[in-house]
Amino acid sequence: MKIIVCVKRVVDYNIKVRPKADNSGVDIASVKMSMNPFDEIAVEAAVRLKEAGQASEVVAVSMGVAQCQDTLRSALAMGADRALLVETDAELQPLAVAKLAKSIAEREQADLVLLGKQAIDDDCNQTGQMLAALLGCGQASFACDLQVDEDGLTVSREIDGGVQSVRLKLPAVVTTDLRLNEPRYVKLPNIMKAKKKPLERLSPEELNVDVSPRLTLLRASEPPRRQAGIKVADAAELVAKLRNEAKVI
Amino acid sequence: MSILIIADHGNGALKPATLNTVTAAAQLGTELHLLVVGENCAAVAEEAARIEGITKVLLADAPHYARQLAEEVAPLIARIAGDHTHLLAAAGTTGKDLMPRVAALLDVAQISEITAIESPDTFVRPIYAGNVMASYQSADPVKVITVRATAFEAAAVGDKAATVQAVEATAEAGLTQFIEETLTVSERPELTAAKVVISGGRGMGSGENFSLLEELADQMGAAVGASRAAVDAGFVPNDYQVGQTGKVVAPELYVAVGISGAIQHMAGMKDSKIIVAINKDEEAPIFQVADYGIVGDLFEVLPQLSEALKQS
Repeated sequence: MKIIVCVKRVVDYNIKVRPKADNSGVDIASVKMSMNPFDEIAVEAAVRLKEAGQASEVVAVSMGVAQCQDTLRSALAMGADRALLVETDAELQPLAVAKLAKSIAEREQADLVLLGKQAIDDDCNQTGQMLAALLGCGQASFACDLQVDEDGLTVSREIDGGVQSVRLKLPAVVTTDLRLNEPRYVKLPNIMKAKKKPLERLSPEELNVDVSPRLTLLRASEPPRRQAGIKVADAAELVAKLRNEAKVI
Repeated sequence: MSILIIADHGNGALKPATLNTVTAAAQLGTELHLLVVGENCAAVAEEAARIEGITKVLLADAPHYARQLAEEVAPLIARIAGDHTHLLAAAGTTGKDLMPRVAALLDVAQISEITAIESPDTFVRPIYAGNVMASYQSADPVKVITVRATAFEAAAVGDKAATVQAVEATAEAGLTQFIEETLTVSERPELTAAKVVISGGRGMGSGENFSLLEELADQMGAAVGASRAAVDAGFVPNDYQVGQTGKVVAPELYVAVGISGAIQHMAGMKDSKIIVAINKDEEAPIFQVADYGIVGDLFEVLPQLSEALKQS
């Protein structure tokens, strides 16, 4: 079974971003960038399948600027076999990423595509589902457990109120949720080894994919800010305030 | 041209978030159609027909729609999409799973978790865990949208019923089979619909200690939630999680117990009307958003709170 795992380069999760002063966008100049944490879980899942002898090859794929190579090197250091970058300076929205991923999945004849359920920058939670639609295959979003056998996959999904278990035929798309696994720490020798693994670069034009954005960002602004309130001495005072001042109980 | 709302339901009854989605749709136009897809869900369609503002209910009833799997439902919505300017669903896990698939079939963008509507083509949504509010304009002929329920009031349900029209089912896709569902059974209100939510964090120390919150919740008619730290520590199941990657809640009263206030947790609760924080660390960021704070040991404060609620 051949696995493709998609990884996105995003602002590191520890960094609190702010809108630009003129509200034209988000100020991310010179901030630390990392692999989207949900995609890290996807890479870990793919590499574990390889280590268990259930996957023949793991190909890490990213779309975006040249620096996405760093993100791909991280995936290679975690254990992916080779990497592919669709390089462009254009703004890529989820539909465009899904189209590029479809093209790659077909080119590579992938049996399974793994990717994070959402990216922590745009918080869209769309790409995996869109990719499954374009490939005409099954989708298991928000996966918290993944079992592979010869005929397909059994996936547990985090849904409102509990967990749903579904059975998918291959090829399939699975988007990963937090509880699926805990990604490994990468050791230095693996980082060194990753530098020698193959990384191929392509362009959207070579894949014949139109990546023009469909949505235009008109304004990015600060959310309304809450005022810090008061400290109360004890539970009795709190109950009195909630009852008489806030009137919520 | 009309607007299509996809009902979020469990075959037996509508989920409350559908009512908030109708309110969002009503800001876009007056011809509001509501689609109910499922199996043996005529009762849901009848209930939906009485939502104020709905002019027509479309009912697609077939065995392969029983679990509302995106692979089965998306082709149906894509087929009838052409009659509508906007397609809206609540941003629960069903809507989040379904709507991107619909959008891709239609070759249009999808706009996730909108919190405000500026015009029929411009929508506001949070990005970066709610640290930035982004206003996006769509150039697509059909706008495919998920709606953050807490950002819109619930539409009223009246006595007057709109007509219910049956819609022919699409052929079974058969790509994915449902196996089973394990739902958390609780007497307490559902997290996203509760008027009061009490959440615990890492400070709770263990899953057993959540019983302290549960007792308090029962006293107040509240739902119990948790921070991601508490979920990651294995104290409670993931469906308790409030935050960027969990549930977004906006109750009348949110009580955060032993929660420091990570950005990703605040993204899920900062629109609550009143926030109470109980934490032993005076410097915890949660106090910056709390209307009322108690600095103290939660194991002392919780019993006192329970006692104070009993009095008067």
